[in-house]
Amino acid sequence: MYGRKVKLRFFFITSIFITIILTVFLILRSLEENVVYFQSPSEIQNISEIKKKKIRVGGMVKLNSITANMDEINFIITDFKNEINVIYSGAVPNLFEEGKGVVAEGYLKDKNFFIASKILAKHDENYMPPEVKAALEEK
Amino acid sequence: MVNLIGFYALVLGLGLSFPIIFFSIQNFINSKILDKKLIFFTFLQFFLVLISFLGLIISFINSDFSNETVFNHSHTTKPLFYKISGTWGNHEGSLLLWLLVLTSFIFLFFLRSKEQPKKYRILTLLFQQLIIIGFFIFLLKTSSPFNYIFPLPSEGLGLNPILQDPALAIHPPILYVGYVGSSLIFSSALSAMSLNYISKEWAKHIKEWVLISWIFLTIGILIGSIWAYYELGWGGFWFWDPVENVSLMPWLVLTTLLHCILVLEKRLMLTSWVVILSIAAFSLSMCGTFLVRSGILNSVHTFANDPERGLYILIFLFSLIFLSLFIFFFFYKKNEKDKLSFFLVSKETSILINNWFMMYFLSVILIGTIYPIFLDVISSEKISVGPPFYHKLIIPFLIPFLFFMTLGPKLKWIKSDLSDKIYLVIFFILSFLITLQITKHLETKFIFNTILIIFAFHLFFITIKDFVVKRFNNLSQNISHLGFSLFILSILFNNLFSTEVITNLKVGETFSSDKFNIKFEKLSQKKIENYQSIIGKFTIENSNGIIEIMNPELRIYNQPKISTSEADIKTDFFSDRFITMNIVQNQEYFNVRYQTKPLMIWIWLSTLLIALGGITSFFKKKI
Repeated sequence: MYGRKVKLRFFFITSIFITIILTVFLILRSLEENVVYFQSPSEIQNISEIKKKKIRVGGMVKLNSITANMDEINFIITDFKNEINVIYSGAVPNLFEEGKGVVAEGYLKDKNFFIASKILAKHDENYMPPEVKAALEEK
Repeated sequence: MVNLIGFYALVLGLGLSFPIIFFSIQNFINSKILDKKLIFFTFLQFFLVLISFLGLIISFINSDFSNETVFNHSHTTKPLFYKISGTWGNHEGSLLLWLLVLTSFIFLFFLRSKEQPKKYRILTLLFQQLIIIGFFIFLLKTSSPFNYIFPLPSEGLGLNPILQDPALAIHPPILYVGYVGSSLIFSSALSAMSLNYISKEWAKHIKEWVLISWIFLTIGILIGSIWAYYELGWGGFWFWDPVENVSLMPWLVLTTLLHCILVLEKRLMLTSWVVILSIAAFSLSMCGTFLVRSGILNSVHTFANDPERGLYILIFLFSLIFLSLFIFFFFYKKNEKDKLSFFLVSKETSILINNWFMMYFLSVILIGTIYPIFLDVISSEKISVGPPFYHKLIIPFLIPFLFFMTLGPKLKWIKSDLSDKIYLVIFFILSFLITLQITKHLETKFIFNTILIIFAFHLFFITIKDFVVKRFNNLSQNISHLGFSLFILSILFNNLFSTEVITNLKVGETFSSDKFNIKFEKLSQKKIENYQSIIGKFTIENSNGIIEIMNPELRIYNQPKISTSEADIKTDFFSDRFITMNIVQNQEYFNVRYQTKPLMIWIWLSTLLIALGGITSFFKKKI
């Protein structure tokens, strides 16, 4: 039979192997659950069903579209082809302005209304999030 | 003129690499003692880079807009302090700083390694020169800080206002010392590996350098985090933003390395593991530079998006990794002479177990950071991975991690038993009861957090007990571990008991809830040299009737024309109160965010404690 040492090593290597497989499985699974997809207003018009999943919507804030009351801020995100109304209650970042790029995170109510829970900050007036740039270039 | 000097100092510095390599090889083969010329040349190279760096600083101070870097990132009305810090607040300048630290470290290494074998010292220099040459060429070819502009512009474009901040002025240099310090560990590991010199002496010698990088990296990350807390106005301290993650990854590896080096020094075990970690630490630092500089990530740190730069770093990184793997597989012979007995209950085992946990945390962060980029490249689908992913995968595994952190230091090397560890159980019961008291009103969905609190308290009490019983024995380890337990505790309490109100108010209006009344009293204006500021006055009354006046500020900078919110933060030992306001365009409303954050200051203090443990360990040997 094999010696104690060989058995021990075999046990050791198998357990490491199993651990690694489990780890990768665990990470990939929760990745699947927790990723947030980015969509442009046009892409939203084309989807078939409204899922209850968090997404990001990006584009330009339409001119003269911002209105506010005590509880919420409403505005329209456009990619110059389609647009979507955003209802937002939360803090706005500094560079949130009409005619500038924006990324909002939240849930779709229907194809025309988006309930945002977060608006992402960008830190530079010339800077445009890569997602928004790509979405605007597609038009 | 200064521009010319700076540029040619760089070219000369690169040129010096040739005599250094030539004399190193000659010295390596021929003579027994180290050639003094080498030390002189290394110093000269450092000196030339220093001149070039000072030249850039002078250009910034004088607002010399004939220099492209200065033109892009400075402005005459900027305060002197930020003119200077603007030197490394941009891509070109920060790379020059990187090079400066790189050359100064190899010089310091020579001064501090006199007892080491000659061949090892020279080979380390050679490997370090490879990295230095790579960065010289990168700097001169793709991102020279000394490009001319003609005709001469009369005014610069200015520095992004959110970078005009004392914390962010010192954040890059400190972080860089941490990053670049790992380059020396890398070169040294490669050299020790080729010469078969991985030994207890080597471990003792390289530990010092691991400590330096680790301490600076810890403090660098801390400062960045504090800055994000008060400047970005979100009231959090860690966002799992890719750029934060890339600084955390080398930190995790360095922390693991620090523990493994101890095992190597005491027991001459885990040699291959130490070598792999040394290589990984630097590769991840480089990887961080690549991700940040290539413009793939979207963040404050992305100065300019230039694919050429990213590509260069990527190729450079891969050649270094390839080189190290080549040495690892072909030159490296395992040096664990006496096949040591290895028992299940021992300090080594617990360190090893926690090593694996650290590697798990590392892979979670690595996958979370890389996966979106990967997916974008192969399917052009845009996704982002948020905090829930990290929380879900990290929090539960912190529980056993904390347990082994408590147990490990209590065990002896080689073999130990658990029979005299009754006090561990007693303290555990105590922690359990305390946690029960604190969290009895919480919902059950925080089950993991609650268990985590128990284990964090446990670690906390055990380290406190050690301070009382052992006093100065294992002081540095105790300080760091105490810091870590406090860190986990303050984060958890901060998360569980924070409150937040976000509302839109006009001047004179009051927001009321059962917890606070927030009254927007008035607005005033002030004009400062390079910005205009709008200051709000808010009175906040909480449910205990305590009234506090807070003044958040909005700044509109003149160049570049950007507005920033300056939060008003009231800090004491129990909690932070945090308020920001922002304009809602074309409306009379102001967007107001008020938060209470319990134990906020303890998150910073405990991180400082963790770093302090490292500092104590660094100075202990000298005394």
